[in-house]
Order: sequence, then structure tokens, then C-alpha cells
Amino acid sequence: MSFLSGENMTGGYGGVDILHDCTIAVDKGEIAVIVGPNGAGKSTAMKAIFGMLDIHKGRIMLDGKDISDLSPQDRVRAGMGFVPQNNNVFTSLTVQENLEMGAYIRTDNFSDTMAQVFDLFPILKEKRNQPAGELSGGQRQQVAVGRALMTQPKVLMLDEPTAGVSPIVMDELLDRIIEVARSGVAVLMVEQNARQALNIADKGYVLVQGRNRFTDTGEALLANPEVRKSFLGG
Amino acid sequence: MEDLLNAIILFSNFVLVPATAYGAQLALGALGVTLVFGILRFSNFAHGDTMAFGTMVVILVTWWFQSMGISIHPLPTALLALPFGILATIGLLLATDRLVYKFYRKQKSPPVVFVMASVGVMFVMNGIVRFIIGPNDQVFADGERFIMKARDFKASTGMAEGLTIKVSQALTLGIAIIVVIALFWFLQRTRTGKSMRAFSDNEDLALLSGISPERVVMITWIIAAALATIAGTLYGLDKSFKPFTYFQLLLPIFAAAIVGGIGNPLGAIAGGFVVAFSEVTITYAYKKFLRYLLPENLEPNSLVQLLSTDYKFAVSFVILVLVLLIRPTGIFKGKVL
Repeated sequence: MSFLSGENMTGGYGGVDILHDCTIAVDKGEIAVIVGPNGAGKSTAMKAIFGMLDIHKGRIMLDGKDISDLSPQDRVRAGMGFVPQNNNVFTSLTVQENLEMGAYIRTDNFSDTMAQVFDLFPILKEKRNQPAGELSGGQRQQVAVGRALMTQPKVLMLDEPTAGVSPIVMDELLDRIIEVARSGVAVLMVEQNARQALNIADKGYVLVQGRNRFTDTGEALLANPEVRKSFLGG
Repeated sequence: MEDLLNAIILFSNFVLVPATAYGAQLALGALGVTLVFGILRFSNFAHGDTMAFGTMVVILVTWWFQSMGISIHPLPTALLALPFGILATIGLLLATDRLVYKFYRKQKSPPVVFVMASVGVMFVMNGIVRFIIGPNDQVFADGERFIMKARDFKASTGMAEGLTIKVSQALTLGIAIIVVIALFWFLQRTRTGKSMRAFSDNEDLALLSGISPERVVMITWIIAAALATIAGTLYGLDKSFKPFTYFQLLLPIFAAAIVGGIGNPLGAIAGGFVVAFSEVTITYAYKKFLRYLLPENLEPNSLVQLLSTDYKFAVSFVILVLVLLIRPTGIFKGKVL
């Protein structure tokens, strides 16, 4: 039994099912990556796990408890962190204020956590008093990830964290995500850049039309000729 | 040289001083409108009548204090009554939110529905105020009237022109500065204030961060109530209280909020002064002013008034239209309406 799992999820927006019996799971310290063609329901699966989408079949389990009925806000309190793909920072707030807002639900002293985030992303410490809207795309993504880390989540979910950043910044960002996973956090992410993502993945899920098509280790998926041919461009 | 000084004194007396006080009153009003827009995302048409309601309570409490002989001479008794007015207005706005706006929030109604609902609220508040205090002018200013009288100024300086500074004008500016500093400190430094800015910036992400929307909305109404009551009371002390005038204030207040960039508190303040100075400088008759400055043969015969004071609302209206046409985000880049 995995630490976090969405089991047999079926559901979608307004009556039309996008996910069909889809299962995604990730363990602490692991990176699980969801890849697949456009419209495969990657982001939808992520949203379903985070409670932003109703599923009428299946369930979401976190640490042995059924959290299917919790709202996204309550899932944050239960230890899940979510980084949306778009609009994932408060643009008019400074970097530091963004992190403070990430820690909004915490009543204890979170200066340690902020120091950890600054250690992980040194550039943010430098720009702490600058509005997040003035940062580059890569730096913004760092703010977004940092904001989600402020609650000290046990699970970190990232929706296309490398969308729109340069290849160098992407590698750097993925390195940081590995670091987060090594610290014992379960990392689940959706990625457009399938090859790079599977490279760092402990587990990979290839979705096609809302169904699990291939599920294996990242390495095995990269080696699988069928996956290579259909999804990785040969 | 003396002519130049006289011209400056004249201009200060009839334009600078009154426009500064008026600008501060508009700024406080516009701050309330802009905060509600930033958090609740709709233009609150009931703000002018909220000001009227708050001022009405202040007036009633002032009369009660006066009847008991309580005063803080030389300051107006209304200052003592102000906290009561603020509390009553907070109660009114929270009740309105519970009864009206909360329903539309649950329905996730588009902003235009909220605006229309606020028009309804405006009529109701307007009715309540007229029902309780009547539609007529009420004067409630007491205490010392002037800091400097024109006559004393002339006597002490020997100038032909006099400068008048009313207590209400100085109070307006002083209180506005204190209120603005307190508001900015709250928004920039406190956890609750930051959560309000975060909510205004990105509602979805604020929800993901565990910021409670109902709490943010409640605090916004509380602040809006305080700002409206203070702005209304200061305006009433400076001029007079008449419910209809407060309804009319809505136009310059919205113009101020939009010129500055709606949703941006700094813009509301700048906008308040831009609108006030435009209104006063355009409706001022420059005849006497020019007589001091121009040689005798160029002296104007007419009043040299660009616009009659009867049309002063046209100034706000023109500013509003120009800003929306040329720079819809306003001076300080607010949200586009």
C-alpha cells in the first residue's frame, strides 16, 4: 500500500468522464511522474487526487486514510502541497510574503522552514524583497515550489513545473525536486518533457485517454520500445 | 511683488486649502471602494450611502452628547461620536453581507450581478437614512471653527488678501494621514493584511494556502465601514450633511478610484487628489487672481471661470471617461474593470 494513492479513479467535469479507472500511487521519498499525450487526463488525474475534481468511482488514500471527501483546503492541512501549473505565485507580493502565505495555516514558528526553502533555492533569498511578478519564469517556479513546501507537506504535487522554462533552468529545477524527494517527501508530478521526467522518476505512469496504459519504473519505461515509439519520439 | 503674494494667498485660500481637504475626503472614500473591489471584485455602488449612514449615526450620537453637555472643545464633538458611527456601520455592512452578498458569493455570480445587488442596497440604505434623519441639511459641527481667520491673517501680515484655514480642513488632513498610514501598515505588515492582499492577487492560490475567504471578506467590510464613516463625517464637518449630497459623492469617488487604478490603495489616494484638484481648479473663477498678475490693460472683464460650479460633477465624469478610454488601468496599474 502506497503512502498516497488514487485508486480506480473515474470522473470528470460536468458529467463527461475524463478519467476511467485510473490508478496513481506514490511513496515517501519517491518521485512518480505522469506522462502521456495531450488530453490524456494527466492534469485531471492530479486534480482528482487533490480534490479539485469529483470522482464518482474510486478513492484517494493518504497514509492509510480515505481522504476522498476532503476539500482541497483540508487536504493541504492533511499534509499535501500542490503547485498549480498557472498563476502559481502571488505576483504583487514579495518572494518572502509568498512564502509566508504558503505557511498561512501554520501557527508555529516557520522561520526554520523558510530558511530551508532559501537553502534549497538560494536565488530566492537574494530576491526575497522583490515582488514575485518581477521574477523570471524559472525563479517564479521556484517561488511556487517554495510556497508549497512552507507547510512541510508529506506529499508534493507539481503540475508541469518545467512548463515554459529554458532547458538549463529545467535541469536545475528537476535537481531541486529530486532533493525534495530525498528529504522524504512523496513527489507526484505531471510532465510535458516526458524523457527528462522519466529519467528522474522512480515510478512512471503513462496515461492515454484517461486510462493507465503503462505503469513501471522510469527506467523501464524509457527502455520500453513501445513507449519510446509512441510517446518519446523514437 | 506684493501682487504676486496676494495672488498666491488668494489661490491658496480658494483652491489649495479647500481642494486638499476635499481630496483627502475623496481619497478616504475611494480607498473603501478600491478595497471592496480588490477583495470582493465588484464596484460597490452603495458606498456613498454607506458614508451617509455612518455620518448619520455620528450626528445622532453627537446631538445626544451635546444634549448631555459632553464636549471636547475646541475639537468638534463629532470626533467623540465617530467610534459609535463606525461600530454601527460595521454592523450594517456585515448584516448586508450576510443577507445579500453572501448569497451571490455562494452562487458564484458574475461581478455585474453584485454591482446590481449593490445598487439595490444603495436604495435601501438611502431610504433608511432619509427615514431616520430626513432629507434635509444637518449641521453638526461645533467647537472652534477656524484655525486662522482671514481677518486675523490680513491684520498680522498686512496683505490685502486673507487666508482662512478651518478646523475641519486641518482635521480632515490630519485624520486622513493617520488613517492611511494605519491602513498601509495593516496591509503590508500584518498576517491578516498580507492574506487580504494575497486573496486580492490570486484567489485560487489563496484558497490553496488555507486563507479563509469568509474571514477576508468580513475584515474588508469592517475596514470599508470605518473608512466610509470617517470620510463621511469629515466631509459633513467640512461642508454639511445632506443624504443626497453623499449619494452624489459616488461619482467623484469612483472617478478617484479608477484614475488611481482600481484595486490599488495607493492609486485611490492619488486619484482622490487628482479629482479634487481638477474639480476645484476648473470651477474656480480666476478673475481676481489674474487681476493681481496681469498688467492693467489685460485685466479680464469676465469671471474667467472654466466651468460653473453647478457642473462640477461633469469634471469627475470627463476624467472617468478619459481614463477609461486612454489608460483603463489607471495611474498605478490597477485591475482593468
